[in-house]
Amino acid sequence: MIKGLYQFKPSKIIEVSKIGLFLVCLLPLGLLGRDVWLEFQQPGSALGTDPAVQVVHILGNWAIRFLLITLCCASLSRRVRVVRLVRYRRMLGLFAFAYALLHFTAYYLLLAEAQWALVSADFVKRPYITMGMSALFLLIPLSITSTAGWQRRLRKKWKKLHRLVYAIGILAVVHVAWLAKSSYLDASLYAFCLLILLSERIIMKDKGRAKRPGFARMSEK
Amino acid sequence: MLIIKNSKVDDVKNSEITSEAEYLNRRKFLGKSAVFAASTLVGGSLVLKEQVLNAQTLSTQSARVPAWLGSKVAGSRTELSAGLADATPRNDAEQLTPEEYATAYNNFYEFGTDKEDPARLAGKLTTDPWSVKISGEVAKPGEYTLEDILKPHDFEERIYRLRCVEAWSMVIPWVGFSLEKLLKRFGPTGNAKYVQFITLVRPNEMPGQNSLFSTIKWPYREALRLDEAYHPLAMLAVGMYGKPLPGQNGAPLRLIVPWKYGFKSIKSIVEIRFTEKQPKTSWQSIAAGEYGFYANVNPYVDHPRWSQATERRLPGSLFSSNRMDTRMFNGYGEQVASLYSGMDLKRYY
Repeated sequence: MIKGLYQFKPSKIIEVSKIGLFLVCLLPLGLLGRDVWLEFQQPGSALGTDPAVQVVHILGNWAIRFLLITLCCASLSRRVRVVRLVRYRRMLGLFAFAYALLHFTAYYLLLAEAQWALVSADFVKRPYITMGMSALFLLIPLSITSTAGWQRRLRKKWKKLHRLVYAIGILAVVHVAWLAKSSYLDASLYAFCLLILLSERIIMKDKGRAKRPGFARMSEK
Repeated sequence: MLIIKNSKVDDVKNSEITSEAEYLNRRKFLGKSAVFAASTLVGGSLVLKEQVLNAQTLSTQSARVPAWLGSKVAGSRTELSAGLADATPRNDAEQLTPEEYATAYNNFYEFGTDKEDPARLAGKLTTDPWSVKISGEVAKPGEYTLEDILKPHDFEERIYRLRCVEAWSMVIPWVGFSLEKLLKRFGPTGNAKYVQFITLVRPNEMPGQNSLFSTIKWPYREALRLDEAYHPLAMLAVGMYGKPLPGQNGAPLRLIVPWKYGFKSIKSIVEIRFTEKQPKTSWQSIAAGEYGFYANVNPYVDHPRWSQATERRLPGSLFSSNRMDTRMFNGYGEQVASLYSGMDLKRYY
């Protein structure tokens, strides 16, 4: 199957698949948009008793999922060389940022009543919000420097900078865990994924030192 | 006596009430989705969840209770006993929460931690036969059937605000009777200073009790100081919106203490125990720094993770946050503040 695909120009395949992936990444937003629209038509029809919280939660969940998928991408591409998953990493990472930004915007508009005073009070007083907002804040430099230009300009520093994504992952998981009242199901699932990805990263780092050229390849854009 | 007439009760269309078959199907579907969610963290679990929500099939149906109870609830007085009239919310801003919301958005972790879990899963709960054990510092301990418990009491409808510790609130018409009257029937001894309430444990009907990720040690327990329990506002509810309680709202018998956070109003009670020492409550055992024994609604003492100064009245909408100031003792200060005179409520939260 994969061999068959390689009869086409690889760049063409990547281009087409990137468009496909882009649309898939928009799907959760589309579904949410449909629910919001239904909610406008008939309150209570799509988003339950507390639609504001529902919207904020859905966006937040997808933000953390996309973050973990992005991390998976880097890890997997180190293992499976045939498919250059790393080529989709930037788009997935930017989607994580987009969903996180929408998550915050929804919180700001629907829960904090568009009052910065409430947001800053939450930031100072509620540790889980401090964690979440820090994660979002740290995603900003990563998103800005995600372009090929910045990657060239920063060279080795780029990789160092983008390792921040692991710290962001930890902040995001803590954000979810501290939000939980009694069930740690979501937090446990996310933490489990993050743990696997982090340990894989650490193990590969050791191996990478031993086998430098192979390790370098994964940083191709 | 003024009671807000709830038009929504009659507005529930038959189509909105879930048939047994649909219920069973949904449970199967949910079982699958749970496996799916566990196996695919990033997959479509959310999509599945949304579909369930969209289907609008959450049940408002009462739990199965004996016929005599159903008719007794339906025939409950809507005239309030003396002293309760002033406690009834009745301004325009305090419309009754429509029944379909109050019965679809519940914290009843015995069925799961999502707000919709109880409404989806509580149809399975067997509420007939039901009995309540009376134990501890009491003259007439024993196992009483639900009929024994309820028979001597006249039911009345009381409209109370319900303020959740999560900073949302509703206004709900409960059907029930005075807690004091019930407790005194069993003859509490002079040693009885507190009364503890315990919820049913039945993991095969209450799937949340099987959860590996829950920090609650079942059974769920709550307690009141005896003088709090004897306050005329404290009640035991057997119905809401003129019908027997649905399982998700704590059928067949639950506590309502309107001046305290919702988690004090324990559901599906199977034991009432009179004690001399203050019993530990479930939430105290999990996080004593976040949930105190008293748990009186208090806008001046924040929960560490969210402010208690305001609340959002549900159902919410995407247009307005429905936020309003939270009142001391949930607006029942005039009636209950004297219970706590001289107490530092910042310390005894």
